[in-house]
Amino acid sequence: MTMTDNFAIELTDIDKRFGAVHANNKVCLQVKRGNIHGIVGENGAGKSTLMSILYGFYQADAGQIDVLGQAYTFTDSHQAIAAGIGMVHQHFMLVENFTVLENVILGSEGGALLAHGLAAARKELTRLGDEYGLKVDLDATIDTLSVGLQQRVEILKALYKGAKILILDEPTGVLTPQETEELFRIFGALKQQGVTIMLITHKLREIMSITDQVSVMRAGQMVAHRDTQATSREELAELMVGRKVLLQVNKKPGNGRAPLLKVKRLSVSDSQGIERLKDVSFELRAGEVLGVAGVSGNGQTELLEALSGIVPMTSGAIEVLGFKMDAKHPLTPDRLRELGLAHVPEDRHRMGLITDFSASESALLGYHTDPKINSGIWLSNRKVEANCQALMQSFDVRPADPHLKSANFSGGNQQKLILAREMERNPEVLLIGQPTRGVDIGAIEFIHQRIIDMRDAGKAVLLVSVELDEIMSVSDRIIVLCDGEISGRIDAADADERTLGMMMANALDPIDPLQTMDDQHASSQQASSQETQA
Amino acid sequence: MKRDTRITWINRLLLPLLNILTAFAVTAIVFWLIDVNPIEAAEVLLYGAFGYEEGIGYTIYYTTNFIFTGLAVAVAFHAGLFNIGGEGQAYVGGLGAGLAILFLDPTLGAWVFIPASIIGALLFGGLWALIPAYLQAYRGSHIVITTIMFNFLAASLMVYVMVHVLRETGQMTPQSELFPTNAWMPFVHDVAAGLGYSIEASPLNLSVLLALVCAVLVWFFLWQTRWGYAIRATGKNGTAAVYGGIKPKRIIIVVMCISGALAGLVSVNELVGYQHRLIMDFHLGYGFGGIAVALMGRNHPLGIIVAALLFGTLYQGGAELAFEMSGISRDIVVVMQGLVILFCGALEYMYRPWLIRNLAPVKQQEAPAGVTA
Repeated sequence: MTMTDNFAIELTDIDKRFGAVHANNKVCLQVKRGNIHGIVGENGAGKSTLMSILYGFYQADAGQIDVLGQAYTFTDSHQAIAAGIGMVHQHFMLVENFTVLENVILGSEGGALLAHGLAAARKELTRLGDEYGLKVDLDATIDTLSVGLQQRVEILKALYKGAKILILDEPTGVLTPQETEELFRIFGALKQQGVTIMLITHKLREIMSITDQVSVMRAGQMVAHRDTQATSREELAELMVGRKVLLQVNKKPGNGRAPLLKVKRLSVSDSQGIERLKDVSFELRAGEVLGVAGVSGNGQTELLEALSGIVPMTSGAIEVLGFKMDAKHPLTPDRLRELGLAHVPEDRHRMGLITDFSASESALLGYHTDPKINSGIWLSNRKVEANCQALMQSFDVRPADPHLKSANFSGGNQQKLILAREMERNPEVLLIGQPTRGVDIGAIEFIHQRIIDMRDAGKAVLLVSVELDEIMSVSDRIIVLCDGEISGRIDAADADERTLGMMMANALDPIDPLQTMDDQHASSQQASSQETQA
Repeated sequence: MKRDTRITWINRLLLPLLNILTAFAVTAIVFWLIDVNPIEAAEVLLYGAFGYEEGIGYTIYYTTNFIFTGLAVAVAFHAGLFNIGGEGQAYVGGLGAGLAILFLDPTLGAWVFIPASIIGALLFGGLWALIPAYLQAYRGSHIVITTIMFNFLAASLMVYVMVHVLRETGQMTPQSELFPTNAWMPFVHDVAAGLGYSIEASPLNLSVLLALVCAVLVWFFLWQTRWGYAIRATGKNGTAAVYGGIKPKRIIIVVMCISGALAGLVSVNELVGYQHRLIMDFHLGYGFGGIAVALMGRNHPLGIIVAALLFGTLYQGGAELAFEMSGISRDIVVVMQGLVILFCGALEYMYRPWLIRNLAPVKQQEAPAGVTA
C-alpha cells in the first residue's frame, strides 16, 4: 500500500488553457477516500473545467490524474465511468417519459431485447436502494417524480454504473431545504458505504454543514485547502473573492408606506390551460422589499410575467400606481414601463437582453421609443451609445465597451447592465427576478446594496429569488409560493430557513386562523389584512 | 486588427468570396466533364455580361430585379420570417402596376403614371403578403407554407385575369394592351442620349435607381430607426422583444407588407420599364433567386447589391453562353445558380472553422465567453 492509496482522487499540476485563458493553472487536489469534499469558487474560477477534465469531457494540457491509486488519461467520459467516477449534473439528464428503470439502463441495455436487462437492473437497483437508503419507485415515469426524487434517480444511475466517486454540480439549487436535508442524509449513507463525494457549490452554508474538507479555487488556481471544521464561511468567502466580503446586507429596517402595487386574486394559466398561479393576493408598498420565496417553478415566473404585462392573466385584478388592469383590460409591457414599473427578468439570456445585439442595443431594450434617444424618425446611434456608456459607468459594467456583443460579457456584467437599464430610469415599482443567479460574490454585494438603496429612496421592490439567504437578508416581508399559491407570509425578521422551508413545501397550514385574526386586528394600523383575507 | 473585427471580415467578405470561388471551380469541373473548355466558357460568359454596352445593360437590368427580391427576403428575415413568396408578390405587384396605368387617362403625363405604377406595385405586392402575414400573426399558420402556396394562387389569379379580363381585344396571346408611352419608365440609353451620350440600346431603365434608393431606405429603416430596432429585436429574440414592449403580431404584419411591396417592384422594372404591357410569367425565377441573393448578401443591402450583380451576371452571361457555344443549353445557368446556392447557402460555413483557426486565433483576454465557466 502506497500513500496515494488513501486518496480517491489525486490531481497533480493540472493545466488547461482555452486559447490564452488559463482556466486551470497547475491545479492540485487530493480527495480522501470516503470523504465529502467541497469545491468552492466564483463563476469562472475553473471548477467546472476541472471537473470536466476529471470526467473526461476535456483533456488537460498537462498534469496527472490518479483515481483510486491508479493513473489515468481520460479521453472521454466512458473511461472515467469505467474508472469509477459518476457525475450528477446540475441539469438532469433524464428521459421524461421513461420509467426510472428505463432511465437507469439507458446506455447499458445489455442486448437487443430489453427484458433480460430490465430484470437484472431491477434486482441490482433494489439492492442499491436498500444499501444506501435510496428508495424510489422503479416503475414511475420521471415526469411524475419531484425534483428531489429525480435527483435520486441520477445518483442511482451513477451508482448502477459502478461509481465509487460521485461528483455533484450544484445539487441543491433546485431543492427545498427539506429535500436538501434528505439529500445530505443520503450523502451520509453513501459515505458510510465508502463512497467518496465531491460537492461543487457556491452555497457556503452547505459546505460548512456537510463536508469534511473544502478546496477553494480562484482565477484558475487552487488557493486553499481546509478542513471544514477549521474554517468559517467568512474565511471561505474571502478566499474565493480575494478580499473581505460582507455576507450580511447592511440595511436599516424597512419603512413600508402607501401600497404602489395591489394584486387581488390573481390567477394565470399557461398555454396548455394549466393553472400556474392561483388566487394570489398581496400588496407591495413604497419603501419596502417584498421577497417571494419558493422552489423554482412554483409560479414565480408567471407572477413576474403577469405583473409586467407579458403573459395574460386569467382572472383577478392588479393595480399599479393607481392604474388598474384585469383579464379584460390588460396593460401592455410598454405601457406599464411608461407608468413607472420596471422589470429585471429572471432569465437574462432568454428575456433580459438580446445576446446577438451589441451592449448599447441591449441597453435600449424596452426603451427604444424614448424621445430622448430618437430624433424624429432617426434613432441616433450617438445617443444610444452615450446612454449605454452612462449605464455602464453607474453600475461599473466591465468592459465598458458599448460596441461589444452582449453575449461576450460575463454573467455578472450582463446582469449589471440589465439592472442599470431598469434602475437608472428611477421606476416607482421594481420587479426583480433572481438578481444574483450566476453572479460573482463581489457583484452580489453590489447588487444587494443597490436594491436596498432603491428601497430607501421610497421605491417598491418585489424580489423573486430561489436563494433563501438572499430573500432573508434583503427583504422586509416575505411571501412564499408553492404550486402557484401563496403558502405563507412572514416578516423577514421572524423568518428562518426551517420555517420558510416548511412553507415552500406547503407543510404549514397556509392560513393559520389565529394569524388571520391577529392580522385583522391590526388592520386599522396596517394595510396587510387584505392579503391574508384573500 | 482586433479579433472581433477579423471575424467580421471573415464572415462578410472572405467567406462569401471563397464560397463563390468554390462554386465556380465545381462549375468548371462540370464544363470539363461535358467537353467544354471552362476557360473559354468563362471568357464567353464574362464577355456576354460585361464585354459590350448592350450586354452590360442586360446584366444591370437583371440585377435590378434581384435587388428588389433580395431586399424583400432580407427585410422579412430580420424579423425572423422566411418569406419565400417573392414570386407571387412580384407577379401580383405587376397587376397593381398594370391596373394603375391601364385605368388612368392615357393623356396624363409621366409624372402621374410612373409614381402611380410604383404605388400600384407596392400596394398589390404588399397586400399579397398581408394575407399570409395575418394568418401567421393571428392564426398561427406558418409563413413558409402560406407564402409558397400564395405563389400558386398568384399564378392562377393572374392566368384568370390575363385571359378573361385584361386580354387585348382581338388578340389570342394573354397580354394586355400596350401602355401609353407616357407611362414608360425611361430607358437609360434614352436618358443618356438626352444628355448627349450615345450608348447601345438595352432594356436597362431608370428602375435601377429605384432599386438603389430602396437599398438605402432599407438600410436606414432597419439600422437607424426605432421600428428597425423593434424588427431586429423580434427576429433575434422574440421573448426579449415582448418583454421590451414590442408587439410581435404588429411586427409580422408590417414587415411582411414591406417585404411584399419590395418584391412587387420587380414589375416596375419588367413591365413599366421594358415590356410596356402586362404579360404572363414576367417574374419567373426572381422571387426564388432573391432568397439566394439575400443569403449571399448576408441580409445587408450592400451585400445584396453585390450578390444581385453576381446573379445578374450569371443570367446575362449564361444566356450568351448558351447562344455562343454548342453543347451548352440555357439550363447551364440553372446549374451554375444551383452550385452558387449550394456553396453560398447550404454549405455557407464550410470554410469558417478553418479560417477562424488560421486567421483569427483566440488571443489573450479574448476567449469566447463560457469556456471557463
